[in-house]
Amino acid sequence: MSKKESKKKVAAYWAASCGGCDVALLGLHERILDLLDFADIAFWPAATDFKYEDLKGYERNEIDLTFFNGGIRTSENREIAEIIREKSELLVAYGSCAHQGGIPGLANMSSNEELFETVYKNNPTTVNPEGVVPQELTEREEGNLNLPGLQERVKSLSQVVEVDYTVPGCPPPPELTEDFLDLLLAGNLPPKGSVVAGEKTVCDECSREWNKETIDEFHRPQEVEIDPDKCLLDQGIICMGPVTRSGCEASCPEANLPCKGCFGPPKKVEDQGTEMLNSLASVVQIGEEGGSLEGEKALLSNLPDTIGTFYNFSLANSIFGGKVSDGGNDEQE
Amino acid sequence: MLKSVIKMEFEPKLVGFLCKWCSSAGADLAGVSRRSYPSNLVPITVNCSGRIDVSHVIRAFRDGADGVLVSGCHPGDCHYTSGNYKAWRRVALLKHVLEDFGMNPDRVKLEWISATEGDKFAQTVKEFTKEIKELGPGPYSNVKERE
Ligand code: SF4
Ligand code: SF4
Ligand code: FES
Repeated sequence: MSKKESKKKVAAYWAASCGGCDVALLGLHERILDLLDFADIAFWPAATDFKYEDLKGYERNEIDLTFFNGGIRTSENREIAEIIREKSELLVAYGSCAHQGGIPGLANMSSNEELFETVYKNNPTTVNPEGVVPQELTEREEGNLNLPGLQERVKSLSQVVEVDYTVPGCPPPPELTEDFLDLLLAGNLPPKGSVVAGEKTVCDECSREWNKETIDEFHRPQEVEIDPDKCLLDQGIICMGPVTRSGCEASCPEANLPCKGCFGPPKKVEDQGTEMLNSLASVVQIGEEGGSLEGEKALLSNLPDTIGTFYNFSLANSIFGGKVSDGGNDEQE
Repeated sequence: MLKSVIKMEFEPKLVGFLCKWCSSAGADLAGVSRRSYPSNLVPITVNCSGRIDVSHVIRAFRDGADGVLVSGCHPGDCHYTSGNYKAWRRVALLKHVLEDFGMNPDRVKLEWISATEGDKFAQTVKEFTKEIKELGPGPYSNVKERE
């Protein structure tokens, strides 16, 4: 790098996110000072007062590293992602939404029209007798007002620009971010494209005992008293541990809650949801001799909201990417 | 009117995952016995129906299939003992999820076809082609190539 200053530049950005990932960065507490010894903040809307113009003013690759959180929901998200990519030497997808679309990606089960109908008109707590909905362009005598438009679908960061590293999690646990910083500061980062977390699955880090018992009934965690030592799947509770990358020390199952899959699939797994169906198929009571169609129906009717269950964080990155409809015109951009 | 014209023109693209030991042999038998059946189905031979991953089926739809047939040995007859039971469970779960994705689960068909059932193979393809014709194009039917 032929840069004059020896001090590096770091940036952080939020796209379609809840703000939790920025809080997670701030949650590094004094470790953030280590980072600031080494680098100046070049742009960070959640914590500093830089403007887009400042960002646009940087040269190509002038920012050494950007932590990007949030999914790509609006035209603004996409535009800034492209600018940040150009200005950043290293781009890190930080957190589940940038990594896989995350919770905002679940909006891909509805069209934008449906979302607007629900949010601005049909929501029981919404009073909007004139049916006013936000417009991308509102013309007024005083001038035109513009808002960023929604993209057809929420995308993950790597679906719109090249990503160098991913720090997963909803939000990433502080230890993981610290590990990443340690690797960065020591100049020891793994090959580009890596997800900087564990290499196995959450089950490998989970202390519960998994006996691969047959599931003849599904339960939601709030409906049953959970045995703290037995694997949640053995208790009929869907736990995404078998198809989720390790690195969180199985924090949810250790707290008596099923893993929802926030670290995304392990290496080489393209679709976290279908992979879970494969795993689940080895333990559900379906179709064996002696089984009945009614039993099968009853079992599956106990499994509502399959998209929210199997694709809670990864819908945007999944093979379908969102809702599909018959008719062969579903080439979504 | 227009609708019936479109329907006449629609030739479904079907993918058939057939296990090597039974269903694929059944398909061969249908061929050597000169059974006639529609040419809509592209057969893919796998070692065992239990080898079929849920993502293979979803991938087939994403790449333009209008219907997917999964076929293995009859219950009790799997060459590897229980692969077909696994396929059965996978397909049941998959259909349940496909419905939530917004697809008609009848676009996936599970059928047991043995090596001696050439007739059944021909019949299955005939019926499945007809069923999918009635359902019309699948969600990504107009995808030209895999990107
Ligand atoms: S499925 Fe969940 S509860 Fe069971 S071992 Fe894996 S992570 Fe632990
Ligand atoms: S257990 Fe699962 S949902 Fe919980 S933090 Fe770990 S990966 Fe995320
Ligand atoms: S070998 Fe035919 S289903 Fe297993």
